[in-house]
Amino acid sequence: MAVDTLRGLLEHAFPSGHVDVIDRTGGGDHFHVKVVSPRFAGLGLVDQHRLVYDALAEPLADGTIHELRITTRSET
Amino acid sequence: MSELKDRIQKVIEDEPVALFMKGTPSFVMCGNSQRALEALRSVGAPVTAVNVLPDPRIRQELSSVSGWPTIPQVFIGGELVGGADIAEELLASGELREKLESALGSEYSAGEENVVDVLATSEV
Repeated sequence: MAVDTLRGLLEHAFPSGHVDVIDRTGGGDHFHVKVVSPRFAGLGLVDQHRLVYDALAEPLADGTIHELRITTRSET
Repeated sequence: MSELKDRIQKVIEDEPVALFMKGTPSFVMCGNSQRALEALRSVGAPVTAVNVLPDPRIRQELSSVSGWPTIPQVFIGGELVGGADIAEELLASGELREKLESALGSEYSAGEENVVDVLATSEV
């Protein structure tokens, strides 16, 4: 999966935030995503990560993303 | 099938610290499971581990219970703490130890690790 595709999914889900996607191995299946979004305000880390999982539900379910690291912040 | 779900739920509810992982603490099969385990070890958590690899149904049933799609999954005092990334963040912020202390008491016993087989048909 291309980094741009992944970034597109996240930017769609977190339109007013900032999204970084790192392909950790260059193989297109081990990613580290960093998302800063006001949508995270007031949420615990579990719920923040759930929103990221929701945005990436399809590539997670079909195995396109083999391993995912998530970093979330509510403010810049 | 629902029996498996019951056993998973029982581990989550009964064990002070439950770690659903790929492999076991003595033979970890995945980098993220290793990261979560190391975070818990850093605060001396008494870890009860469940290996999800022997049967894909373990992972399916676990995710339907927790609503969390990936492995590892850490539970403290019956509550989902998160995966490896959150475990590491909470370790760094000191909240992991706080969660353990509030679930187990401030003098919780350090370091004991055991493994539970949720596929086993009889109670151990």
